[in-house]
Amino acid sequence: MTKSKKSKTIKVDYLARVEGEGALYIRYDDSGVQDVQLKIFEPPRFFEAFLRGRDYMEAPDITARICGICPVAYQMSALHAMEDALGLTPTPELRALRRLIYCGEWIESHVLHIYMLHAPDFLGYDSAVDMARDHPRVVQEGLQIKKTGNAIVNLLGGREVHPINVRVGGFYRIPTLEELHKLGEELLTARGLAEQMVRWAASLPFPKFERSDGDKYEFVALTHPGEYPMNEGRITSTCGLDISAREYDRHFREEHVPHTNALHSLLRERGPYMVGPMARYNLNAEHLSATAKKVAREVGFPTFCNNPFQSIVVRSIEVLHAFDEAIEIINQYRAPQAPYMPSTAQAGTGYAATEAPRGLLYHRYSLDEDGKITDAKIVPPTSQNQKTIEDDLRIMLPKYLHLPEDKLQAQCEQAIRNYDPCISCATHFLKIHLDRNGRDNP
Amino acid sequence: MDKAKLAVWKFASCDGCQLSLLDCEDELLQLADTVDIAYFKEASSREAEGPYDLSLVEGSITTAADRDRIREVRRQSRNLITIGACATAGGIQALRNFADVEEFTAVVYAEPQYIATLGTSTPISAHVSVDFELQGCPINKRQLLEVISAFLHRRPPQIPSHSVCIECKLRGNVCVWVAHGTPCMGPVTHAGCGAICPTYNRGCYGCYGPKENPNTGSLSHWWQRELGAEEATVVENLRNFNAGAPAFERESRRWTDRQSREGGHDKE
Ligand code: SF4
Ligand code: SF4
Repeated sequence: MTKSKKSKTIKVDYLARVEGEGALYIRYDDSGVQDVQLKIFEPPRFFEAFLRGRDYMEAPDITARICGICPVAYQMSALHAMEDALGLTPTPELRALRRLIYCGEWIESHVLHIYMLHAPDFLGYDSAVDMARDHPRVVQEGLQIKKTGNAIVNLLGGREVHPINVRVGGFYRIPTLEELHKLGEELLTARGLAEQMVRWAASLPFPKFERSDGDKYEFVALTHPGEYPMNEGRITSTCGLDISAREYDRHFREEHVPHTNALHSLLRERGPYMVGPMARYNLNAEHLSATAKKVAREVGFPTFCNNPFQSIVVRSIEVLHAFDEAIEIINQYRAPQAPYMPSTAQAGTGYAATEAPRGLLYHRYSLDEDGKITDAKIVPPTSQNQKTIEDDLRIMLPKYLHLPEDKLQAQCEQAIRNYDPCISCATHFLKIHLDRNGRDNP
Repeated sequence: MDKAKLAVWKFASCDGCQLSLLDCEDELLQLADTVDIAYFKEASSREAEGPYDLSLVEGSITTAADRDRIREVRRQSRNLITIGACATAGGIQALRNFADVEEFTAVVYAEPQYIATLGTSTPISAHVSVDFELQGCPINKRQLLEVISAFLHRRPPQIPSHSVCIECKLRGNVCVWVAHGTPCMGPVTHAGCGAICPTYNRGCYGCYGPKENPNTGSLSHWWQRELGAEEATVVENLRNFNAGAPAFERESRRWTDRQSREGGHDKE
C-alpha cells in the first residue's frame, strides 16, 4: 500500500487464495472511494480462437482445460451445446449420470473454496494449513468431504481434474452397479460431515453488509420446474428475466474495459448482475433436498440471502444438497441402454448454459457440415460477476476507511473471495465478436 | 534442521496441476508438517521470502513479464521442477505457435493495445534450466508426491518413461486398437495416468505428451492406413495439450506440410 498526501490507494498485486492471477486497485480519499479496479492479469490463452477448426467431439476435452477446478462444468456446457446443434436429446438415464458427476464437482469445488480459500479469512489465518494447527478436526473433516466429491468425479469421469469419460451423446463407459453402490456408501458416511459443515459455516462471524434499495443485486441463475438447477433450465433473474439459453446473446453483452484481461458481462437492459450459489439459492431454495432445507432452517438461515459474506453458508447448503441428490441418483439408478447415443456431424449452431459451481456458464458453437467448429463463444461465471464484485467493494469500503491499512486490505480481499472468483476461467473471452456495427454479436 | 522450503508458481495455465497438490486430501497436512509451504498463492496469503529449496512451476511462458519472472524464480530456487503439459510443452495455448500470429492476434484482440502477450507459448525449459519435468495434463498426484519426496531425499524420482501401452498391459486391459479398431495414441504417449482412457473404452488422446523416443511416424501411418482415420484426426491428437512437445510438433508439421504440398487432398 502506498500513501500520498490526500488520496490513498490500496494495491494488491497478486490476490491469494483465488484461482488464477488477479490484482486489485482501489483509490480513495476522505470524501470516499474514487476508483475500484479488479484486474485480471492472467495471460489470455485464446480458447475461443483455437477451437475454430476443431472437431465437435473434441470440445469437451479441450474446454475442460480452461479451468482445472471446474472442468466438468465446461464439459457439460460444451456437450449440451453440441447436442443442441446436432438435435440430440440424451435419455433420462444418461441425464441422471451427468447430474451425478456434476454433484461431484459441486462438492469438491465448493469444499475447496469453503475450507481452503474462504474460511481462513473469517478465522484470521493465512491458509487452511495454518488453520489446521488450531482446528485440526474442522480441516480434516473438510478434506474428508472433499475427497468424497473427488470420488464421484473419479468414478464417472476417470479422474478428478479433466475427466476423460464424458462425450457428446453420453459417456464412453458407464459405471457398474457394484462401483455405484460402493460410491453410495462413501456418500452416506460423508453426508453427516456435510451436515455439520453447514452448522459450522453458519456460526462464522459475518461482516454486516447491505446494499441499499437503489443498489440491489439482480441475481441470475437457471431455474427448472422440478429440480435445483444444475445441468438445465431457463435463465431467470430476480428482476423477471426468463429466457432460454438460445436467447442469451440477445439479453447479455460483454464490455471491454482497459484495466482487465477479462470482459465484463452485463445485462443489456439493466447492467451488472450476480451469478453463483447465492443466485441459485435465492431463485430456487424451494427445490433443495429435504435435509438441506431442514438444516438451513435449524441454523436460522433465511431463504433469501443478501449478504455476500454469507455465500460460504450457501455453498455448504449446496454441498449438502449435492450429497442428497447424488445418493438419490444412485438409489434410483437404472442403467442406460447404451453408454452413449451415436451422433453424426451436421451444420448448425448450438447453445447451452449450465450451473458451474461459481455460477452460470454459457457456451455457443457453430458447426459446419463436417462437424468442425466455425465459431465459439464461452462466457464463464467470473466475467459475469466482475462488475458486481467491484460494486460491492465500492459500497462496502466507506464503512471501513477508518481501519488500519492492512485490515482494510484484508477486508477487501475477503469480499472478493465471497465470489470464489475463478480467474483462469475469466480470461477466455478476451475475444470480442465485433459485427459491422461494432457491437458485441450476434 | 530447518524444514525444506517449498514454493509453487503459476504461469499461463488452468491451475489443474497445482490443484493436484490440494487434491491430496490424505497427504496434504502431513506434507505441510514435513516441508515449509513458503509460497503457494492459490492456497495461502503468506509469502515467505526465498531462496526456496524446491520450486514447482505450472504453466507456460506467454508474456514478456513472465519471461522475466521465470528467471527470477530460477534464481530463487535450488531445485526447479516443472509440472504439467503447460510447463513442459507450452500447453494447449501453444496452438498459437502454429497459427499465423498476426492474423490470429487480429481476430482475437479487438483492442490489442490493452493486452500484452507474446506470439508464442513456450515451455519453462526454453527459458531457464529445469531439474525435472513431470508430464501430464493434468499431472498425476501420486507421481507428484513421488517427485517431491525424491527431491527432498536427494534421490532420483521413480517416474517411468515408457508408453501408456505398458500401463494398459499392466492393468490387464484389452487393447482398444487391436480389439475394436479404435485409434489410440497409447503407443507414443508417456505413461503416468494409469492408462485411464483405454480402461474407459476410448483411445488415448495423448494428454501425457510424448514418451521417450516415440515412433510417431509409424503411429500416424498406421492410424491412416490400417484404421482409416482421417489425417485430421492424427494431426488433431498430436496438436492438443502437448502440441509444442518437439516429437509431436515435428510429426504434425510433417503431416500438414505434406497436405499443403498435395493440395490439401490427402484422404483416400
Ligand atoms: S497441464 Fe493441463 S492440467 Fe496442468 S495446468 Fe496445463 S492445462 Fe491445466
Ligand atoms: S489421453 Fe492418454 S495419457 Fe491422457 S489420460 Fe487418456 S490414456 Fe492417459
